Amino acid sequence: MVIYGVSFLGACYILGQLVGEFLAKWIGVKANVGGVGFAMLFLILAHDYFNKRNLFSAEAEKGILFWSQMYIPVIVAMSATQNVVVALDSGLLAILAGVIPVFMCFACIPLLVKLTKSPLNN
Amino acid sequence: MEIILNFLEKNGLIVAFVAVGIMSYLGFLISKHVLKNKIPGAAVSILLGLIVAYFSGLHTGGSKGIADISIFSGMSLLGGSMFRDFAIVSTAMGASFLLIRQTGLAGAISLVLGTTVSFVGGAIIAMFFGYHDAKSMATIGAGACTFIVGPVTGAALQASSEVIALSIATGVVKSIFVTISTPFIAPYIGLNNAHSAMIYGGMMSTTSGVSAGLAATDTKLVPYGALTATFATGMGCLLCPSVFYLILEKIL
Repeated sequence: MVIYGVSFLGACYILGQLVGEFLAKWIGVKANVGGVGFAMLFLILAHDYFNKRNLFSAEAEKGILFWSQMYIPVIVAMSATQNVVVALDSGLLAILAGVIPVFMCFACIPLLVKLTKSPLNN
Repeated sequence: MEIILNFLEKNGLIVAFVAVGIMSYLGFLISKHVLKNKIPGAAVSILLGLIVAYFSGLHTGGSKGIADISIFSGMSLLGGSMFRDFAIVSTAMGASFLLIRQTGLAGAISLVLGTTVSFVGGAIIAMFFGYHDAKSMATIGAGACTFIVGPVTGAALQASSEVIALSIATGVVKSIFVTISTPFIAPYIGLNNAHSAMIYGGMMSTTSGVSAGLAATDTKLVPYGALTATFATGMGCLLCPSVFYLILEKIL
C-alpha cells in the first residue's frame, strides 16, 4: 500500500529531525543540526535493509517517489513565499554581503573537488 | 464573491496545489517556447515564484510573499520548512550511500570552509560600510552564512536590532542569489556529480538556496547537496558567535 511508503518516509523524517534537535541541544546550538541529513541517511539505510529482504513493495515505494517528485513544486511554493522585497530593498550592504561571499564560495568548489578527489579514488 | 474567497481561504493547501501547478506549467511553457529550452523549466518556475513573491510583497507589505494574500495563505504551508524538508528527505531514495561515504570527508571540509569564507567575506563587506565593531561585523558575517545563523549570532552577541535585520536580509539575498545563479555557474565549477554536489552543499550553506539551486540545475544532485547543506546552519550557529567572534575581536 502507498501509505506504507509515506509512513516509512515520515518515520525517517521524524527520527532524523529529532536526532538533529537533540544534537543541537547537546552542543548548545539554537538550531536543528543536520536533522534532514540524518533523516536522509536513515531512509537510505533502512530502505536498503528492507529492500534486500524483499520487504519493500513497489507500491510502497510509490509513496516515497511521489514526494520526491513533489520536490520541485514545493520549492516553487517556497520561492513564492520568500521575502524578496526586503532582499532587494535592504540596501547595497545586504546585497553585496549576500552575493560576494557566494562567488568566493563558488570559486573554492573546483579547488576542493580536486583536493579531495584523488586520495579517495586511489 | 465573499463565499468564494472564504471557501478558498479555508482550503488553503489545495489552492496552493492548484497555484503551484499553474506556475510550474507557465514555467515550462516559457522555458520551451521563449527560451528554447536553454534554461530548464524548473528554474524558470522557481524564478517565476520569486517574481510573484516580489510583487505580492510590494502589494501587501508583508514578509511572506504570496502567502500574505489570504486566499494563497496555504502557500506558506506547502512551501514551508515541513514540506520542504519532507520532500528533500524523500529524494534520498535515489541516492547512493557508497558515494556519500566516499565524499563524507570532503563534505565535512566544505562545511567548515564554506562557513569560514562566508563569514569572512560578510564581515569584511560590513567593515567597508562603516561597521567597525566586532559584534556588528560578526552578525553580518553570520548572515552571509544563512538567514538563520545571522539572527542567532546577533542575539547571542546582543547586536543592535538594525544590524540583526541587516544580517537576515543578507541571508535572504544569499539564498535567492544561490537559487538563481547555480544553474548558470554549474558548468564552470564542475557541478555535475555527487562528489561536487556534496561540496557545493557545504560551501553554499543555505538549505533553501542549495535545494532550489540544484532543483534548477539537475534534480539527481539534490540529495547530495542537501545532505551537507542541512548541517551548515548548525555549523554556522556553532562557530560564528563563539570561535569566529573571538578571533575577530582579537584582530580588531
